[in-house]
Amino acid sequence: MSAGICPLTVRRRRQTLALMRRYLIRRLIVLLASLWVASAVIFTLVEGVPGDPASFMLGVNAAPDTLAALRAQMGLDQPFVWRYLHWLGGLLSGDFGTSFTYKVPVAGLIGARLAVSLPLAGIALCLSVALALPMGLLAAARRARLSDGAVMAGTQLGIAVPNFWFAMLLVVLLAVRWQWFPAGGFPGWSDPLMALRALTLPAIALALPQAAILTRVLRSALIETLGQDYIRTARAKGLSRARALTRHALRNALIPVLTILGLQFSFLLAGAIIIENVFYLPGLGRLIFQAITQRDLIVVESVVMILVFAVIVVNFLTDLAYAAVDPRLRRRT
Amino acid sequence: MKLSLIIGGVLSGAALLAALISLVWTPYDVTALHIAHKLQGPSAAHWLGTDHFGRDIASMLMAGARTSLAVALVAVTIGMGLGVPLGLWAAARRGSWLDEGIMRANDLIFAFPSLVIAILITATFGPSATNAIIAIGIFNIPVFARVTRAGALSLWQLDYIRAAQVAGKGRARISGEHILPNIANLLIVQGTIQFSLGILAEAGLSYVGLGAQPPTPSWGRMLAEAQTMVTLAPHVAIMPGLAIVLTVLGLNLLGDGLRDALDPRLRGRLA
Amino acid sequence: MTLLALDHLNVQIGKPAILRDVSLTLSRGEILGLVGESGSGKSMTALAIMGLLPDRARISGDIMLGGLNLRHRSEREMCQLRGNAISMIFQEPMSALNPMMTIGDQVAETLMLHRRMLRSEARSIAREKLDRVGLRAPRFPLTLYPHELSGGQRQRVAIAMAIALHPKLLIADEPTTALDVTTQAEVLNLLRDLAREEGMALILITHDLAVVAGMADRVAVMQAGQIVETAPTRTLFQRPVAPYTQALLAASTHQPSLATRPRAKPLLQVDNATRIYRLPRPSALSPHPELRAVDDVSFTIHAGESLGLVGESGCGKSTLTRSILGLDALQGGAIHLNGHPINPAMPSPQRADMQIVFQDPYGSFNPRQKVERLVAEPFHLTGRPADWRDRVAEALREVGLSPDDKNRFIHEFSGGQRQRIAIARALIIRPKLIVLDEAVSALDVQVRAQVLDLLSALQATHNLAYLFISHDLSVVRAVTSRCLVMSAGRIVEEGPTEALFTAPQNAYTQSLIAATPRIPQHWKEPA
Repeated sequence: MSAGICPLTVRRRRQTLALMRRYLIRRLIVLLASLWVASAVIFTLVEGVPGDPASFMLGVNAAPDTLAALRAQMGLDQPFVWRYLHWLGGLLSGDFGTSFTYKVPVAGLIGARLAVSLPLAGIALCLSVALALPMGLLAAARRARLSDGAVMAGTQLGIAVPNFWFAMLLVVLLAVRWQWFPAGGFPGWSDPLMALRALTLPAIALALPQAAILTRVLRSALIETLGQDYIRTARAKGLSRARALTRHALRNALIPVLTILGLQFSFLLAGAIIIENVFYLPGLGRLIFQAITQRDLIVVESVVMILVFAVIVVNFLTDLAYAAVDPRLRRRT
Repeated sequence: MKLSLIIGGVLSGAALLAALISLVWTPYDVTALHIAHKLQGPSAAHWLGTDHFGRDIASMLMAGARTSLAVALVAVTIGMGLGVPLGLWAAARRGSWLDEGIMRANDLIFAFPSLVIAILITATFGPSATNAIIAIGIFNIPVFARVTRAGALSLWQLDYIRAAQVAGKGRARISGEHILPNIANLLIVQGTIQFSLGILAEAGLSYVGLGAQPPTPSWGRMLAEAQTMVTLAPHVAIMPGLAIVLTVLGLNLLGDGLRDALDPRLRGRLA
Repeated sequence: MTLLALDHLNVQIGKPAILRDVSLTLSRGEILGLVGESGSGKSMTALAIMGLLPDRARISGDIMLGGLNLRHRSEREMCQLRGNAISMIFQEPMSALNPMMTIGDQVAETLMLHRRMLRSEARSIAREKLDRVGLRAPRFPLTLYPHELSGGQRQRVAIAMAIALHPKLLIADEPTTALDVTTQAEVLNLLRDLAREEGMALILITHDLAVVAGMADRVAVMQAGQIVETAPTRTLFQRPVAPYTQALLAASTHQPSLATRPRAKPLLQVDNATRIYRLPRPSALSPHPELRAVDDVSFTIHAGESLGLVGESGCGKSTLTRSILGLDALQGGAIHLNGHPINPAMPSPQRADMQIVFQDPYGSFNPRQKVERLVAEPFHLTGRPADWRDRVAEALREVGLSPDDKNRFIHEFSGGQRQRIAIARALIIRPKLIVLDEAVSALDVQVRAQVLDLLSALQATHNLAYLFISHDLSVVRAVTSRCLVMSAGRIVEEGPTEALFTAPQNAYTQSLIAATPRIPQHWKEPA
């Protein structure tokens, strides 16, 4: 073999890089297209249905001049497509319109509510991973033994419990009876410790069912990986069971876990909306339900767009994480 | 495991039975209010106690089972009815524009959790149980499409499919004759999972007021109404919650049991 | 000097006994061939030595390595021995390496684990070991991932991992079964050199008698969990004592009677067939690179003839097969069957002249249909005749099965029986040509001999033509009268089989035939 790097290796590397770049570009295009289609679907569902959105919002007893004012504000005299483009342009420039009930810019409303909803979802996600990782490893390592059985039975229960009911039980026990945590409300971030205390119970209620699902996925992924030939190779090299599990199985089992984690985000978000109502937290969930009861369509369509945006972006990030974790860069199609 | 099949069968069977019986008989009329008997604990007259209007909780749970199971069943039917053909079609045309289109559309629907769909529908049409069915049903479509496509793709690699092609059979015929029967297990198991998720989702939607409306009885709304008096009379909140937990647990155990029972590798051992 | 001694080793998993009274000895530096058909207990013997049997296994007897009884070592002590004093490599190179870890790290892991080395130090030794197994420095950096290597290269990485600490004993479980013949020859040579140069004892587990003939000092033959015979290699081949060994030897050199008939009219004509794949673009603007998977291939099969098509994996024979079956369209040239052009849109009755038998006896049948329906499937081409049930029964009888088998499901049959059912399915509409796509490659040698006899008998009665596609040169040599050699999408040589095998003209054919393991001719003569 001649000295210097063989041209074949260089070419292979360059090809890999080119594939990676193409993969990223492709995923980015899909991301943007998805966001665009999603915005069209949302706008059409909320404002495109037959009937007059303004009179729907104001109800039957609306004064004619109020109705006219709202129609003008919403641009209802314009064609539908023009209104959509106007709305889309507003979204892109950060202008979500003005709330019809609160009379303030929707962007500001959402920003304030995100300060509750985002930390809540984040804490819940971390909590569920922190619970699922050791439980899944334990169950897979002690497969078909007592501890595995106990973990599996626990997860069956965890999946079956509705998170809002679990939240109610938490409130009865931990907040009302023992008074460890506040039963609801949010004091704001000026006192971070109090704020975290207020988010603790909601986060636990959100995280537990997610952790149960994650544990089961991790366990079955690990067990499948443990049956692979390369685990036998690792054992033949002298790795102990535990070391083969953590050094070789875990990383390979992360791919299905990542998939589920990405998909779970949408459940987490939906769960957060409901949980916020149990705990009277001033997050996006409360905002959207108030908006629905007050028929504030401008707020509804913007908040839904934000939620869908979050899910789509998280899915995109999951795809990027695949590429980081898996050198084979498996593409999904 | 046989045990999970038995426990799962018993629990889901009990829920189904309660729902069916409630069609013709409940211990008390679920719409009749008896304020004098409100918030009673479990007794011989009211097995599970009464709620804040004095209604019999056992009767309401039976009637609520009807709503839950019906919503979940129709939603699974929608998801299977549309998702399975789409998945089969995408797999039969693997790598084509059609496949790509179906899968991207699936991804897009996945970005709309059923709660968000329900919010959108409610915002324009107002809340109803039909909302819940449509919202959960739409979310089920990509679930079944993905499971079907993944199962079908691995089967399309097998030699018996090539043998069928050599025997002159077209993609549609092969999908119906060879692919579908061999992924039926997969679909039955996924069906029970989606069924139990549907019950949870319906409860959540009704709880926040986007699902079944009064006077239709619903477990989720019972919980919502119980929330304000949970410290006064905990049983009002505990009973509907237990009903949900036991039904969902039963369906999940049934799904697990079915998966093991239908696994051809395990069945071969018995044959 | 004895290195390893198995003494009355018994292994039971659940009820059935997997190993019964297995006794074996192995000297330092010796190469022992462990031969047997699938399920004979070869791999279980290896796993017992490694202490890697499934948890449910119950074991009795002694496994002595040096002065150490491995039966009484704790799991912790076994971990210290594995990869250090004894190593093992496995059959499937494609899945034997961790796909998420670079090859350098995987080799270095052995060193870091047992020698407590620093990563940098371990990696420099890993470099030496990879060089040693022929994956030399600039071309094969430590940073490669397994998916960037071919099967043979991955098997070399596995070997580098196994020999990194100079083990006294290496167990190789079917190390070359998944590889092409030329790669197999290279890997076998490497293993032999390593054993000789490092003074390492080697247990070579294989189903292929020809492989041990060229490698082993001694051979042990296993059947149903027992060792039926152990002898020095040459003695075993020349004077086999156990009836089972004799039967195995007879089957592996089995020669089915070849039907010879005068040249008949052409049945399948392939003219300049070309299949082109478009590869992914290296960058957005450059054109798609093309892969000519089948490149200007021409040949003819005559009625009643057996034609062999040999080539290594990736040579284009599968792609060519798909086009011959009319599943994919050609980009150039034409294929005619009985004068009718073959393409994906051809009418069903014209397809009925051709059927196929696949390699995998497990994936060839829909597990949810009964044999009757499976065998009758090709009637879709011709329309189902009124007497179709009788025709199915007759086809089953013809392939040596009972007509009553028609009501059973496929999982109730053994691999050999399944291939018979596959042949019945191919036969049912009386085709003129049957494509045998590695049809006997997955079968054990005795069953294979029976199926080959069946094929040649059917050929004689029905005047069938066979296109026999295989990577196994010895089978093709035994059953075909004419042969094609394919490489990189092209036919590089064509001729009468015997002439082609004894005096190959093309350099590639020569290397292929030289690499094929064989039992030396003079061993076969009775001593």
